[in-house]
Amino acid sequence: MSDPLLVVKDLVKRFPIRAGIFHRKVAEVKAVEAVSFDIRGGEIFSLVGESGSGKSTVGKTLLGIYRPTDGTIRFKGKDVTTLTKENARFFKKEAQMVFQDPKSSLNPRRSIKSTLEETLIVHKIARNGRERERMVGGLLEMVELPPNYMYKYPSMLSGGQRQRVAIARALALDPSFIVLDEPTSALDVSVQAKIIRLLRRLQAKRQMAYLFISHDLSLMRTMASRTAVMYLGRIYELAPTEELFTNPLYPYTKTLISAVPVVSEEERRMKPEKQSLGGEIPSPINPPGGCAFHPRCSLVERVCSEQLPDLVEVKPGHFVRCHGVTNA
Amino acid sequence: MEADESALPLEGSKITITSWMAFKDKIGRGWYRFRRNPISLAGGSMVLLVILLAILAPYVTPYPRHAGAFTDFSSTFQAPSGSHWFGTDEVGRDVFTRVIFGYRVSLMMAVVVLGLSVPFGVFLGLVAGYFSGRIETVIMRTTDIFLALPPLVMALAICSAFTPTIEKAMLAVASIWWTWHCRLIAGITRSIKTEEFVQASQAIGSSHARILFKDILPNCASALMVKITLDAGFVILVGAGLSFLGLGVQPPKPGLGTMISYGAQHLPMKWWLTVFPSLAIFFLILGFNLLGDGLRDMLDVEAEGI
Amino acid sequence: MTHPNMLEIRDLHVYFRGYEGVSRVLDGISLNVGRGERVGLAGETGCGKTVTMKTVMGVLKIPPAMVPHGEVILDGQNVLEMSAKQLLQIKGTRISMIFQDPMNALNPVFMVGEQLYDVIRFAQGDSGTGRKRFGTEIHDRAIAALEEVRLPDPERILRSYPLELSGGMRQRVLIAMALVNGPSFLIADEPQTALDVTIGAQILDLLSELVRTKGISVLLITHNLGVIQETTERVYVMYAGQIAETTPTPVLFKNPKHPYSQGLLASVPRLTGGEIAEGIRGTVPDYTVAPSGCRFHPRCDYVMSICSQRKPPSFPVEPDHYVGCWLYGKEGGSK
Repeated sequence: MSDPLLVVKDLVKRFPIRAGIFHRKVAEVKAVEAVSFDIRGGEIFSLVGESGSGKSTVGKTLLGIYRPTDGTIRFKGKDVTTLTKENARFFKKEAQMVFQDPKSSLNPRRSIKSTLEETLIVHKIARNGRERERMVGGLLEMVELPPNYMYKYPSMLSGGQRQRVAIARALALDPSFIVLDEPTSALDVSVQAKIIRLLRRLQAKRQMAYLFISHDLSLMRTMASRTAVMYLGRIYELAPTEELFTNPLYPYTKTLISAVPVVSEEERRMKPEKQSLGGEIPSPINPPGGCAFHPRCSLVERVCSEQLPDLVEVKPGHFVRCHGVTNA
Repeated sequence: MEADESALPLEGSKITITSWMAFKDKIGRGWYRFRRNPISLAGGSMVLLVILLAILAPYVTPYPRHAGAFTDFSSTFQAPSGSHWFGTDEVGRDVFTRVIFGYRVSLMMAVVVLGLSVPFGVFLGLVAGYFSGRIETVIMRTTDIFLALPPLVMALAICSAFTPTIEKAMLAVASIWWTWHCRLIAGITRSIKTEEFVQASQAIGSSHARILFKDILPNCASALMVKITLDAGFVILVGAGLSFLGLGVQPPKPGLGTMISYGAQHLPMKWWLTVFPSLAIFFLILGFNLLGDGLRDMLDVEAEGI
Repeated sequence: MTHPNMLEIRDLHVYFRGYEGVSRVLDGISLNVGRGERVGLAGETGCGKTVTMKTVMGVLKIPPAMVPHGEVILDGQNVLEMSAKQLLQIKGTRISMIFQDPMNALNPVFMVGEQLYDVIRFAQGDSGTGRKRFGTEIHDRAIAALEEVRLPDPERILRSYPLELSGGMRQRVLIAMALVNGPSFLIADEPQTALDVTIGAQILDLLSELVRTKGISVLLITHNLGVIQETTERVYVMYAGQIAETTPTPVLFKNPKHPYSQGLLASVPRLTGGEIAEGIRGTVPDYTVAPSGCRFHPRCDYVMSICSQRKPPSFPVEPDHYVGCWLYGKEGGSK
């Protein structure tokens, strides 16, 4: 197997909560705790989880929108954990992001042209205004929008069209890696289908790798080659997607799959038995000790609350972090 | 490339969209909403009327010469009549003429004070809101200190320390007024900087300056417009207050506050000397406030501190 | 004098006047909810679901809205002809609602208990403006309502402010409020959308169980077909202000007839994997220049000449299965 495109090792991101006149740190949101994974070139890797799982924070920390608290990020063999001037330049050309809500990821006061031009101006891609305009038109065609849409403002576009513009912005520098942060969760299913197909076409054509962040398990099933399940800042199970859905090991993964509302009989049959899941998702400010899922888990043992289990490879490529699985 | 119809407009895909059309559409929508709101329409008309009168003062007033040091002792203290709508003052000058010229001074005051304080306050607000930490603390605490001084008192202090002139009064008010804009913009910036479009600009590597002026500032525009409109009324009120205390407009220049202050000595017999300039101030400030409220509804501004 | 149907909407048209002109949002929809029946209204953003719901609840702002034609019969009475006071009376007691975002539906400055007491007192004909009566009966009923939605430690919940509760708990409080006066009809507008997958599943399970045991009629409005499948008996599929298809829920998922329903269902990603379809070509129309006839015709693969000329009536294809599409007309739309 070829060298991974992106290697994330022990990534930690904590957000301080400050209060009082002196902005003293009173607590921390432990958004991401020692997350490690790698992504190969041209692969679709997905992170699934519910709110508070830290999945979006992982994506934003990777791209330098947040500064990592600890850990290393290597991209094409280069350390890009802290973006110095020269590797920021290199990394921002190679790695881009599409955000969840195209309503808030496009500046409402800028025309589509102005938004798409920004990248070209910042990285000094085009020589003059006319060339920029031509390139913006080309980008819009790439996401299957008419070039004359560049004169419109985001409020004049539908949700799907806005998300196409956001994808065009990510494509402007011809990246080899894109973080997709729930790119379709704000869209209707019929529009989502079109965006997903577009993303797959683009990926096939340009050999890009995606980090696909989502809470929609059904969607990940059709998209990703490998899937990692996050809960309260940690990866608890990581496996090839096929394997994860047909043979989930971690109790939370099973719960998550069983909670998905489905539309067909076949799907219902493959769902694990519905687990009575009590309780709410705890706050990442003060997560439960040991395995963070233990207060909600039906198979909880004493050791679960005392000790954090290790992420163990139980089958080739299938990792799980659970006392119940590894001790059995 | 395969054609994906999802992208094309449904009907008449031949329509060419130009930036001019997009612009016209934006203006059209704004005007539509403005027009449907009777409050803003009334406020806008009042303000527009005053501005036009002030600009065209030499042409629309019956006695333009009365605006300065003019005397006509044959017609002092005349009650309002057909030839002198608002009556005449103690040296026989037409009060209506002087009120209209007084508007000139008031509006000039608003323009100068806001012209000086708004850019300064907005810039500091952007910087404070965008860079959190020490920079923010320094700017915001300085702002707090200035906020603790009422503009009128500050202006009184400055004007009484030197010879009082209208220019000094304006400077004094402006030196305080920026704080409001700084606070407003800092608040908006703080919320906008967490928006994903700002993060998107960071992700493609835009500089801080580009993000501040291309992404954040345009999104403050609506709130700023409302704030400036409402402020114009308040600045005029403060200006009139200073003139009333004798620290603003100096005679024989016609200032609305100065006129009220003179007229007050002749109350209640020569009521028109006070009542008409007062009503003039009332009319203009009401106009600005209605317009500001209307704009706020129209532009959907929900921001703290307006 | 009980009317056979809990809710009956007959040929409802709702228009809005705006900058672009008149938007014809609802173009003659008809919909029934039988007594004790759980009905789903499925449709995508902008199809008119919310406008329908607002009309039923009598909270549509007129103007800018207009209702040029149609009737909304709620429990035997026409909502459109009711006075505000009458409407308030039935809304507080016999009809309840659950909203999408539990945070917006609760007042953040009052404790949960106060808001719940108000709801109970309202049904007893007490407007709640007088001095506060903390009768033990009201208190007991509030506790019982919270226990029913399985909130742990109801005494503490009563003394909490909405912000102190998690999203799932807030939604449970809202369900308790909606059910405390024993309504006979419940409108739920995307009750799980704002919640996480596992929490949303809990809420839906709870809600279905409660309405089933109490025999409450339900109109569930959602864009999520999975939710429709798991909680309703009969479903209406809505597209651009028209009802495309209505059928017993299981039939829709096995044998959708309307081309729109088919396209929609093919777009849903499946837990079993496999490619998803290309979606439906085109976009939802602009209501000021809505397509004539069947509003789906510009996006339909089976479009015929009649489709753009006349709006299709509901053709029966099976018992209880009606499709608003000329493909299922008697002469196959040859007219």
